Amino acid sequence: MKRKHPLRRIMIGVAATASGVVLLLALKQPGGSSVADATAATGAGAGVSASAGAAGAAGAAGASDSGAGAPPAGAGASSGGATGAGTPPETGADSDTGSDADTGADTDAGTGADDGAGTGAGGGAGARTVLGNAVDTQYGPVQVRITLSGGRITEAEAVQVPAGGISANAVPRLNQAAVTAQNAGIDAVSGASYTSQGYRDSLQSALDKAGV
Amino acid sequence: MAQEGGRLRHVEEAMGTVFSFDIRGVRDEDAVRAGLRAAVASLHRVDEIFSPFRADSQITRLGRGELTLSACASEVREVLELCAEAERESEGWFTTRYAGGLDPTGLVKGWAVERAARMLVPAGASAVCLNGGGDIQLIGGPWRVGITDPLHPGRLAAVIESEGGLGVATSGPAERGCHVLDPRTGRPPVHGPASLTVICPGGLTVADSRATAAYAMGRRARKWLEELPDTEGFGVTADGRQWMTSGFGRYTDSVAEVNA
Repeated sequence: MKRKHPLRRIMIGVAATASGVVLLLALKQPGGSSVADATAATGAGAGVSASAGAAGAAGAAGASDSGAGAPPAGAGASSGGATGAGTPPETGADSDTGSDADTGADTDAGTGADDGAGTGAGGGAGARTVLGNAVDTQYGPVQVRITLSGGRITEAEAVQVPAGGISANAVPRLNQAAVTAQNAGIDAVSGASYTSQGYRDSLQSALDKAGV
Repeated sequence: MAQEGGRLRHVEEAMGTVFSFDIRGVRDEDAVRAGLRAAVASLHRVDEIFSPFRADSQITRLGRGELTLSACASEVREVLELCAEAERESEGWFTTRYAGGLDPTGLVKGWAVERAARMLVPAGASAVCLNGGGDIQLIGGPWRVGITDPLHPGRLAAVIESEGGLGVATSGPAERGCHVLDPRTGRPPVHGPASLTVICPGGLTVADSRATAAYAMGRRARKWLEELPDTEGFGVTADGRQWMTSGFGRYTDSVAEVNA
Protein backbone atom coordinates (compact mmCIF):
# COMPACT_ATOMS: atom_id res chain seq x y z
CA MET A 1 0.00 0.00 0.00
CA LYS A 2 2.37 2.56 -1.26
CA ARG A 3 0.80 5.95 -1.42
CA LYS A 4 1.97 8.82 -3.54
CA HIS A 5 0.45 11.26 -1.19
CA PRO A 6 1.57 14.80 -0.55
CA LEU A 7 1.40 14.06 3.13
CA ARG A 8 3.98 11.41 2.69
CA ARG A 9 6.83 13.87 2.53
CA ILE A 10 5.50 15.64 5.54
CA MET A 11 5.28 12.40 7.42
CA ILE A 12 8.82 11.55 6.53
CA GLY A 13 9.95 15.00 7.52
CA VAL A 14 8.18 14.71 10.80
CA ALA A 15 9.53 11.26 11.34
CA ALA A 16 13.04 12.52 10.74
CA THR A 17 12.65 15.51 13.00
CA ALA A 18 10.83 13.69 15.67
CA SER A 19 13.18 10.73 15.72
CA GLY A 20 15.66 13.27 16.95
CA VAL A 21 13.14 14.31 19.52
CA VAL A 22 12.68 10.80 20.78
CA LEU A 23 16.35 10.65 21.39
CA LEU A 24 16.44 14.05 22.98
CA LEU A 25 15.08 13.00 26.25
CA ALA A 26 15.50 15.53 28.94
CA LEU A 27 15.09 14.02 32.35
CA LYS A 28 11.94 15.49 33.74
CA GLN A 29 9.05 14.43 35.83
CA PRO A 30 6.18 13.26 33.72
CA GLY A 31 3.63 15.99 33.41
CA GLY A 32 2.00 15.39 30.08
CA SER A 33 -1.70 14.94 30.07
CA SER A 34 -3.08 14.45 26.63
CA VAL A 35 -1.77 11.14 25.56
CA ALA A 36 -2.01 10.74 21.85
CA ASP A 37 -3.78 7.66 20.75
CA ALA A 38 -0.74 6.84 18.72
CA THR A 39 0.08 4.27 21.34
CA ALA A 40 -2.36 2.03 19.61
CA ALA A 41 -0.03 1.58 16.76
CA THR A 42 2.87 0.82 19.04
CA GLY A 43 1.80 -2.73 18.52
CA ALA A 44 3.76 -2.60 15.36
CA GLY A 45 6.89 -1.75 17.21
CA ALA A 46 6.13 -4.15 19.95
CA GLY A 47 6.18 -7.00 17.54
CA VAL A 48 9.86 -6.37 17.31
CA SER A 49 10.90 -9.07 19.67
CA ALA A 50 10.10 -11.48 16.91
CA SER A 51 12.36 -11.00 13.98
CA ALA A 52 9.42 -10.47 11.72
CA GLY A 53 8.37 -7.49 13.75
CA ALA A 54 10.13 -5.01 11.57
CA ALA A 55 8.32 -6.17 8.53
CA GLY A 56 5.07 -5.84 10.37
CA ALA A 57 5.91 -2.34 11.41
CA ALA A 58 6.86 -1.39 7.92
CA GLY A 59 3.65 -2.81 6.65
CA ALA A 60 1.67 -0.84 9.14
CA ALA A 61 3.44 2.30 8.14
CA GLY A 62 2.88 1.59 4.52
CA ALA A 63 5.91 3.53 3.44
CA SER A 64 8.81 1.34 4.25
CA ASP A 65 10.64 2.41 1.15
CA SER A 66 10.63 6.02 2.11
CA GLY A 67 11.99 5.98 5.63
CA ALA A 68 14.33 8.92 5.50
CA GLY A 69 14.22 9.36 9.20
CA ALA A 70 12.72 6.05 9.94
CA PRO A 71 13.60 4.11 13.03
CA PRO A 72 15.69 0.98 12.88
CA ALA A 73 13.28 -1.48 11.43
CA GLY A 74 16.01 -3.52 9.86
CA ALA A 75 18.25 -3.47 12.86
CA GLY A 76 15.34 -4.32 15.02
CA ALA A 77 14.83 -7.36 12.92
CA SER A 78 18.31 -8.66 13.40
CA SER A 79 18.89 -7.71 16.94
CA GLY A 80 15.43 -8.43 18.10
CA GLY A 81 15.83 -11.90 16.76
CA ALA A 82 19.15 -12.25 18.41
CA THR A 83 17.84 -11.05 21.70
CA GLY A 84 15.13 -13.59 21.53
CA ALA A 85 17.73 -16.19 20.81
CA GLY A 86 19.05 -15.88 24.28
CA THR A 87 21.37 -12.97 24.81
CA PRO A 88 19.58 -11.10 27.54
CA PRO A 89 21.91 -10.69 30.42
CA GLU A 90 19.22 -9.05 32.50
CA THR A 91 16.25 -11.29 32.64
CA GLY A 92 14.14 -8.82 34.49
CA ALA A 93 14.56 -6.25 31.85
CA ASP A 94 13.67 -8.72 29.22
CA SER A 95 10.40 -9.64 30.75
CA ASP A 96 9.59 -5.98 30.82
CA THR A 97 10.16 -5.89 27.14
CA GLY A 98 7.66 -8.65 26.88
CA SER A 99 5.12 -6.64 28.78
CA ASP A 100 5.70 -3.87 26.33
CA ALA A 101 4.68 -6.18 23.56
CA ASP A 102 1.47 -6.83 25.40
CA THR A 103 0.86 -3.16 25.84
CA GLY A 104 1.12 -2.56 22.18
CA ALA A 105 -0.87 -5.57 21.27
CA ASP A 106 -4.04 -4.62 22.99
CA THR A 107 -4.53 -1.38 21.31
CA ASP A 108 -6.03 1.26 23.54
CA ALA A 109 -5.25 -0.46 26.76
CA GLY A 110 -1.68 0.51 26.15
CA THR A 111 -2.24 4.04 27.25
CA GLY A 112 -3.92 3.08 30.44
CA ALA A 113 -1.24 0.63 31.31
CA ASP A 114 1.32 3.32 30.97
CA ASP A 115 -0.34 5.67 33.34
CA GLY A 116 0.87 3.84 36.35
CA ALA A 117 -0.17 0.27 35.95
CA GLY A 118 2.90 -0.01 33.81
CA THR A 119 4.99 0.83 36.80
CA GLY A 120 3.52 -2.01 38.72
CA ALA A 121 4.28 -4.36 35.92
CA GLY A 122 7.91 -3.41 36.15
CA GLY A 123 7.96 -4.87 39.62
CA GLY A 124 11.20 -4.59 41.51
CA ALA A 125 12.97 -3.32 38.46
CA GLY A 126 11.44 0.10 39.12
CA ALA A 127 9.79 1.52 36.05
CA ARG A 128 9.95 5.24 35.54
CA THR A 129 8.81 7.59 32.88
CA VAL A 130 10.82 10.37 31.37
CA LEU A 131 9.23 13.26 29.60
CA GLY A 132 11.17 14.86 26.78
CA ASN A 133 11.14 18.56 26.08
CA ALA A 134 8.50 19.78 23.70
CA VAL A 135 10.30 20.68 20.52
CA ASP A 136 8.90 23.00 17.91
CA THR A 137 9.13 21.51 14.47
CA GLN A 138 8.04 23.19 11.30
CA TYR A 139 4.85 21.19 11.56
CA GLY A 140 4.13 22.02 15.17
CA PRO A 141 5.26 20.97 18.63
CA VAL A 142 6.33 17.41 19.30
CA GLN A 143 6.83 15.91 22.71
CA VAL A 144 7.72 12.38 23.61
CA ARG A 145 7.58 10.33 26.76
CA ILE A 146 9.45 7.10 27.36
CA THR A 147 9.02 4.46 29.99
CA LEU A 148 12.10 2.85 31.41
CA SER A 149 12.00 -0.39 33.25
CA GLY A 150 14.91 -2.35 34.58
CA GLY A 151 17.12 0.20 32.91
CA ARG A 152 15.66 -0.33 29.48
CA ILE A 153 13.25 1.63 27.38
CA THR A 154 10.11 -0.41 27.32
CA GLU A 155 7.88 2.11 25.70
CA ALA A 156 8.04 5.42 23.92
CA GLU A 157 5.09 7.46 22.94
CA ALA A 158 4.22 10.89 21.71
CA VAL A 159 2.29 12.96 24.20
CA GLN A 160 2.06 15.86 21.82
CA VAL A 161 1.99 15.77 18.05
CA PRO A 162 1.20 18.47 15.52
CA ALA A 163 -2.49 18.77 14.75
CA GLY A 164 -3.19 17.44 11.31
CA GLY A 165 -0.59 16.45 8.80
CA ILE A 166 0.98 13.77 10.91
CA SER A 167 -0.64 10.43 10.67
CA ALA A 168 -0.49 7.63 13.13
CA ASN A 169 2.40 6.26 11.13
CA ALA A 170 5.20 8.58 12.03
CA VAL A 171 5.03 8.45 15.77
CA PRO A 172 4.72 4.70 16.20
CA ARG A 173 7.78 4.30 14.08
CA LEU A 174 9.62 6.57 16.46
CA ASN A 175 8.47 4.42 19.30
CA GLN A 176 10.03 1.54 17.54
CA ALA A 177 13.32 3.36 17.15
CA ALA A 178 13.75 3.77 20.84
CA VAL A 179 12.42 0.40 21.77
CA THR A 180 14.36 -1.65 19.26
CA ALA A 181 17.62 0.01 20.17
CA GLN A 182 17.00 -1.14 23.68
CA ASN A 183 15.83 -4.58 22.67
CA ALA A 184 19.04 -4.95 20.78
CA GLY A 185 20.83 -4.47 24.06
CA ILE A 186 23.23 -2.01 22.53
CA ASP A 187 25.81 -0.45 24.83
CA ALA A 188 27.15 2.10 22.38
CA VAL A 189 26.75 3.24 18.82
CA SER A 190 29.51 3.67 16.26
CA GLY A 191 29.04 5.89 13.26
CA ALA A 192 30.58 8.65 11.25
CA SER A 193 31.98 11.28 13.59
CA TYR A 194 29.41 13.45 15.19
CA THR A 195 29.93 16.92 16.56
CA SER A 196 28.75 18.07 19.95
CA GLN A 197 25.67 19.33 18.17
CA GLY A 198 25.11 16.08 16.30
CA TYR A 199 25.49 14.13 19.51
CA ARG A 200 22.33 15.65 20.90
CA ASP A 201 20.27 13.92 18.24
CA SER A 202 22.19 10.68 18.33
CA LEU A 203 21.22 7.28 19.53
CA GLN A 204 24.27 7.35 21.76
CA SER A 205 22.84 10.36 23.50
CA ALA A 206 19.61 8.48 24.15
CA LEU A 207 21.56 5.58 25.60
CA ASP A 208 23.51 7.92 27.84
CA LYS A 209 20.39 9.67 29.07
CA ALA A 210 18.54 6.48 29.70
CA GLY A 211 21.49 5.44 31.84
CA VAL A 212 21.03 1.90 30.69
CA MET B 1 26.06 8.91 37.84
CA ALA B 2 26.86 5.71 39.62
CA GLN B 3 24.83 2.67 38.70
CA GLU B 4 24.07 -0.35 40.77
CA GLY B 5 26.34 -3.28 40.29
CA GLY B 6 29.54 -1.33 40.08
CA ARG B 7 28.75 0.62 36.98
CA LEU B 8 29.78 4.17 36.26
CA ARG B 9 28.79 6.39 33.37
CA HIS B 10 30.09 9.75 32.39
CA VAL B 11 29.57 12.06 29.43
CA GLU B 12 32.21 14.64 28.60
CA GLU B 13 32.32 17.23 25.88
CA ALA B 14 35.77 17.73 24.40
CA MET B 15 37.50 18.05 21.05
CA GLY B 16 34.35 19.34 19.41
CA THR B 17 32.45 16.17 20.17
CA VAL B 18 31.12 14.13 23.06
CA PHE B 19 32.77 11.24 24.88
CA SER B 20 30.53 8.67 26.53
CA PHE B 21 32.14 6.54 29.23
CA ASP B 22 30.49 3.33 30.34
CA ILE B 23 32.49 1.58 33.00
CA ARG B 24 31.61 -1.77 34.54
CA GLY B 25 33.03 -4.03 37.14
CA VAL B 26 33.77 -1.13 39.43
CA ARG B 27 34.97 -2.45 42.78
CA ASP B 28 36.60 0.58 44.32
CA GLU B 29 34.47 3.46 43.15
CA ASP B 30 36.76 6.17 44.48
CA ALA B 31 39.70 4.74 42.61
CA VAL B 32 37.75 4.44 39.39
CA ARG B 33 36.44 7.96 39.76
CA ALA B 34 39.99 9.19 40.15
CA GLY B 35 40.91 7.24 37.03
CA LEU B 36 37.96 8.77 35.24
CA ARG B 37 39.06 12.28 36.18
CA ALA B 38 42.51 11.54 34.80
CA ALA B 39 41.05 10.08 31.62
CA VAL B 40 38.84 13.12 31.13
CA ALA B 41 41.77 15.44 31.74
CA SER B 42 43.78 13.55 29.15
CA LEU B 43 41.09 14.21 26.54
CA HIS B 44 41.15 17.93 27.21
CA ARG B 45 44.90 17.90 27.05
CA VAL B 46 44.78 16.23 23.65
CA ASP B 47 42.39 18.93 22.52
CA GLU B 48 44.78 21.61 23.71
CA ILE B 49 47.81 20.09 22.04
CA PHE B 50 46.34 18.76 18.83
CA SER B 51 43.44 20.97 17.88
CA PRO B 52 43.90 22.22 14.33
CA PHE B 53 41.31 24.86 15.16
CA ARG B 54 43.33 26.50 17.88
CA ALA B 55 45.93 28.96 16.66
CA ASP B 56 48.02 28.29 19.75
CA SER B 57 47.91 24.51 19.78
CA GLN B 58 51.25 22.79 19.51
CA ILE B 59 50.24 21.02 16.32
CA THR B 60 49.23 24.30 14.68
CA ARG B 61 52.45 26.00 15.71
CA LEU B 62 54.49 22.99 14.66
CA GLY B 63 52.81 23.06 11.25
CA ARG B 64 53.60 26.77 10.92
CA GLY B 65 57.20 26.17 11.81
CA GLU B 66 56.98 28.18 15.02
CA LEU B 67 57.79 25.21 17.17
CA THR B 68 60.28 22.41 16.77
CA LEU B 69 59.25 18.83 17.35
CA SER B 70 61.62 18.52 20.27
CA ALA B 71 59.93 21.47 21.94
CA CYS B 72 56.55 19.77 21.70
CA ALA B 73 54.95 17.53 24.29
CA SER B 74 55.98 13.90 24.07
CA GLU B 75 52.48 13.05 22.88
CA VAL B 76 53.13 14.94 19.65
CA ARG B 77 56.08 12.77 18.79
CA GLU B 78 54.15 9.66 19.72
CA VAL B 79 51.22 10.60 17.51
CA LEU B 80 53.36 11.65 14.57
CA GLU B 81 55.23 8.34 14.75
CA LEU B 82 51.93 6.51 14.72
CA CYS B 83 50.85 8.62 11.76
CA ALA B 84 54.05 7.80 9.90
CA GLU B 85 53.41 4.12 10.50
CA ALA B 86 49.82 4.48 9.27
CA GLU B 87 51.06 6.26 6.18
CA ARG B 88 53.56 3.51 5.40
CA GLU B 89 51.02 0.80 5.98
CA SER B 90 48.44 2.42 3.74
CA GLU B 91 50.96 3.45 1.08
CA GLY B 92 50.04 7.07 1.45
CA TRP B 93 46.28 6.80 1.65
CA PHE B 94 46.56 7.94 5.22
CA THR B 95 48.57 11.12 5.41
CA THR B 96 48.99 14.12 7.65
CA ARG B 97 50.13 16.40 4.86
CA TYR B 98 47.57 16.48 2.10
CA ALA B 99 46.82 20.16 2.39
CA GLY B 100 50.37 21.31 2.85
CA GLY B 101 49.88 21.61 6.60
CA LEU B 102 50.13 19.12 9.39
CA ASP B 103 46.93 17.36 10.23
CA PRO B 104 46.99 14.16 12.27
CA THR B 105 43.24 14.30 12.95
CA GLY B 106 42.69 11.01 11.11
CA LEU B 107 44.28 9.26 14.04
CA VAL B 108 44.34 11.59 17.03
CA LYS B 109 40.82 11.00 18.21
CA GLY B 110 41.12 7.23 18.06
CA TRP B 111 44.42 7.39 19.86
CA ALA B 112 43.01 9.71 22.51
CA VAL B 113 40.00 7.48 23.10
CA GLU B 114 42.09 4.36 23.39
CA ARG B 115 44.49 6.02 25.78
CA ALA B 116 41.72 7.39 27.98
CA ALA B 117 39.93 4.05 28.08
CA ARG B 118 43.09 2.20 29.04
CA MET B 119 43.75 4.61 31.88
CA LEU B 120 40.70 3.20 33.64
CA VAL B 121 42.02 -0.34 33.86
CA PRO B 122 44.76 0.25 36.41
CA ALA B 123 42.18 2.30 38.33
CA GLY B 124 40.22 -0.89 38.84
CA ALA B 125 37.62 -1.04 36.07
CA SER B 126 37.22 -4.49 34.56
CA ALA B 127 35.24 -3.41 31.52
CA VAL B 128 35.25 -0.10 29.71
CA CYS B 129 33.34 1.22 26.73
CA LEU B 130 34.43 4.67 25.63
CA ASN B 131 32.69 6.22 22.67
CA GLY B 132 34.39 9.32 21.31
CA GLY B 133 32.15 10.89 18.70
CA GLY B 134 31.29 7.55 17.13
CA ASP B 135 34.64 5.80 17.51
CA ILE B 136 34.76 3.26 20.29
CA GLN B 137 37.35 1.53 22.42
CA LEU B 138 36.11 -1.53 24.23
CA ILE B 139 37.97 -3.21 27.05
CA GLY B 140 36.73 -6.42 28.63
CA GLY B 141 33.11 -7.16 28.08
CA PRO B 142 30.81 -8.39 26.93
CA TRP B 143 29.82 -5.30 24.98
CA ARG B 144 27.42 -4.83 22.12
CA VAL B 145 27.97 -1.99 19.71
CA GLY B 146 25.53 -0.91 17.05
CA ILE B 147 26.80 0.57 13.80
CA THR B 148 24.54 3.28 12.48
CA ASP B 149 23.00 2.82 9.10
CA PRO B 150 24.40 5.78 7.14
CA LEU B 151 21.47 5.82 4.74
CA HIS B 152 18.74 5.58 7.36
CA PRO B 153 19.51 7.77 10.35
CA GLY B 154 18.27 6.17 13.53
CA ARG B 155 18.63 2.64 12.24
CA LEU B 156 21.46 0.26 12.90
CA ALA B 157 23.22 -1.51 10.06
CA ALA B 158 25.06 -4.04 12.19
CA VAL B 159 25.68 -5.13 15.74
CA ILE B 160 29.13 -6.08 16.95
CA GLU B 161 29.80 -8.17 20.02
CA SER B 162 33.07 -8.14 21.88
CA GLU B 163 34.34 -9.92 24.95
CA GLY B 164 38.01 -9.25 25.00
CA GLY B 165 38.59 -5.70 23.81
CA LEU B 166 38.20 -4.08 20.45
CA GLY B 167 38.61 -0.79 18.64
CA VAL B 168 35.63 0.17 16.47
CA ALA B 169 36.08 3.10 14.09
CA THR B 170 33.60 4.29 11.52
CA SER B 171 34.41 6.76 8.77
CA GLY B 172 31.83 8.40 6.62
CA PRO B 173 30.33 11.69 5.60
CA ALA B 174 27.09 11.04 7.40
CA GLU B 175 27.24 13.58 10.18
CA ARG B 176 29.17 16.61 9.18
CA GLY B 177 29.99 16.37 5.53
CA CYS B 178 32.98 14.57 4.18
CA HIS B 179 36.01 15.09 6.37
CA VAL B 180 38.13 12.49 4.64
CA LEU B 181 39.89 13.56 1.48
CA ASP B 182 41.65 11.59 -1.19
CA PRO B 183 45.28 12.60 -0.58
CA ARG B 184 45.95 12.40 -4.30
CA THR B 185 43.28 14.83 -5.34
CA GLY B 186 42.59 16.77 -2.17
CA ARG B 187 38.90 16.10 -2.73
CA PRO B 188 36.39 13.70 -1.24
CA PRO B 189 37.06 10.17 -2.45
CA VAL B 190 35.46 8.97 -5.67
CA HIS B 191 33.21 5.98 -5.08
CA GLY B 192 33.52 6.57 -1.38
CA PRO B 193 31.30 4.31 0.66
CA ALA B 194 28.43 5.75 2.64
CA SER B 195 30.20 4.46 5.70
CA LEU B 196 33.09 2.20 6.50
CA THR B 197 33.73 0.54 9.83
CA VAL B 198 37.03 -1.00 10.84
CA ILE B 199 37.48 -3.15 13.92
CA CYS B 200 40.82 -4.14 15.40
CA PRO B 201 41.41 -6.19 18.54
CA GLY B 202 44.65 -4.23 18.84
CA GLY B 203 42.79 -1.05 19.64
CA LEU B 204 41.18 2.08 18.31
CA THR B 205 44.36 3.88 17.29
CA VAL B 206 44.99 1.51 14.40
CA ALA B 207 41.31 1.00 13.72
CA ASP B 208 40.83 4.76 13.32
CA SER B 209 43.77 5.33 10.98
CA ARG B 210 42.82 2.28 8.93
CA ALA B 211 39.22 3.42 8.69
CA THR B 212 40.42 6.82 7.50
CA ALA B 213 42.75 5.33 4.89
CA ALA B 214 40.25 2.73 3.73
CA TYR B 215 37.55 5.33 3.38
CA ALA B 216 39.80 7.40 1.16
CA MET B 217 40.59 4.33 -0.96
CA GLY B 218 37.03 3.89 -2.11
CA ARG B 219 36.56 0.56 -3.86
CA ARG B 220 40.03 -0.67 -3.00
CA ALA B 221 39.22 -0.59 0.69
CA ARG B 222 37.74 -4.03 1.00
CA LYS B 223 40.70 -5.84 -0.52
CA TRP B 224 43.15 -3.82 1.54
CA LEU B 225 41.36 -4.50 4.79
CA GLU B 226 41.06 -8.17 3.90
CA GLU B 227 44.82 -8.40 3.65
CA LEU B 228 45.62 -6.61 6.88
CA PRO B 229 46.19 -8.84 9.90
CA ASP B 230 43.88 -8.56 12.91
CA THR B 231 41.61 -6.18 11.07
CA GLU B 232 38.08 -6.53 9.82
CA GLY B 233 35.94 -4.15 7.84
CA PHE B 234 32.29 -3.50 7.18
CA GLY B 235 31.10 -1.14 4.50
CA VAL B 236 27.82 0.29 3.35
CA THR B 237 27.87 1.55 -0.21
CA ALA B 238 26.06 4.64 -1.39
CA ASP B 239 23.34 2.49 -2.93
CA GLY B 240 22.76 0.67 0.32
CA ARG B 241 24.63 -2.57 -0.30
CA GLN B 242 26.73 -3.96 2.48
CA TRP B 243 29.97 -5.88 2.44
CA MET B 244 32.25 -7.26 5.09
CA THR B 245 35.66 -8.84 5.25
CA SER B 246 35.80 -12.59 5.73
CA GLY B 247 36.42 -12.51 9.47
CA PHE B 248 33.98 -9.75 10.35
CA GLY B 249 31.22 -12.27 10.97
CA ARG B 250 33.01 -13.47 14.08
CA TYR B 251 32.09 -10.21 15.74
CA THR B 252 28.62 -9.74 14.43
CA ASP B 253 25.23 -10.78 15.46
CA SER B 254 23.15 -11.99 12.51
CA VAL B 255 23.70 -8.92 10.48
CA ALA B 256 24.33 -9.96 6.93
CA GLU B 257 20.83 -9.87 5.63
CA VAL B 258 19.74 -6.67 7.31
CA ASN B 259 18.40 -4.23 4.74
CA ALA B 260 19.08 -6.72 2.01
